[in-house]
Amino acid sequence: MSPRHGHRSTLAVLVLVLGLLVPVGAAAVLPDEMLDDPLLEGRARELSQLIRCLVCQNESIDTSNADLARELRLLVRERLTAGDSDQEVLDFLVARYGDFVLLRPRMTPANYLLWFGPAAVLLFGLGGVALHFRRRRPGAQASLSAEEQARIARLLEQDPGAG
Amino acid sequence: MPRRALFFVPLLLFALVAGYFLWGLVTDRNPSQVPSALIDKPVPAFDLPPVDGLDRPGLATADLRNGEVALVNFFASWCLPCRTEHPLLMELAEVDGVRVLGINYRDRPEDARRWLGEFGNPYERVGADDRGRTAIDFGVSGVPETFVIDREGRIRHQHIGPLTDDDIEDKIAPLIEDLSQ
Repeated sequence: MSPRHGHRSTLAVLVLVLGLLVPVGAAAVLPDEMLDDPLLEGRARELSQLIRCLVCQNESIDTSNADLARELRLLVRERLTAGDSDQEVLDFLVARYGDFVLLRPRMTPANYLLWFGPAAVLLFGLGGVALHFRRRRPGAQASLSAEEQARIARLLEQDPGAG
Repeated sequence: MPRRALFFVPLLLFALVAGYFLWGLVTDRNPSQVPSALIDKPVPAFDLPPVDGLDRPGLATADLRNGEVALVNFFASWCLPCRTEHPLLMELAEVDGVRVLGINYRDRPEDARRWLGEFGNPYERVGADDRGRTAIDFGVSGVPETFVIDREGRIRHQHIGPLTDDDIEDKIAPLIEDLSQ
């Protein structure tokens, strides 16, 4: 293999690796599912990315090839064509599959722990640290006992040169 | 000793969190089984035609509101776990006080007919849900799934996955008995 050839294959590998690093929106939407109205189709695509495929669970219906995902994509498009708002489409699905169908959890009282839990833990930790330092500082200044004072005095007397 | 006790707070918190994680790991909880949003709600409106060529009528919402407890079982001939629960459905079909109804999910009529011919037909009625839209209305994510419907036509229980002897003994049978009173 000539050095030039080797160089080229290195480049090819590099391009391949870099190509793989680029996140590609691998949509599973088939041409026959798409709506003619680009505006509605755009809304359908955006909504699809928020809806969980209940077969594959950690995939949105926009990227899943499961039959159920396809049927849900068609359903979303039908409802949009019938004049539903985005929220109405999501509510329709939540009524059947529960909050789990949403990939982005809603801000409901049942989800407050999910939304505010991490911040609450952080605040709790910061509070603990603050409490720790505030207690330690004054305590450290006045902590020589009478016994220790006496010992210092004794040591100082033993070495007159230090005075 | 309130200050000394403060030292145990992080330990306690850790034990709490660790316990929660342990619960998630060791209990035989199936994370793919999500509780239904339709419990205690009336059955969705649907009207399914019969399976082509099968000697059973189709299934509609009205059939579930006639004062009898019913099991609605989503099945398909291509669904392997459906075969494992099938003998149990055959047994349930013999039990008084409960109707066993089927919804054939995304299937070809000839396959469904052959399947029911081979293993027996426990269903009083079978609706053909060839696009799976009724399944979506029921919040079904895959076959098999079984719903217990009370006498007023409300969904009282959703069972995800194949039924087992234990499921029927521990949950389904007592519930049917309870609802029949």
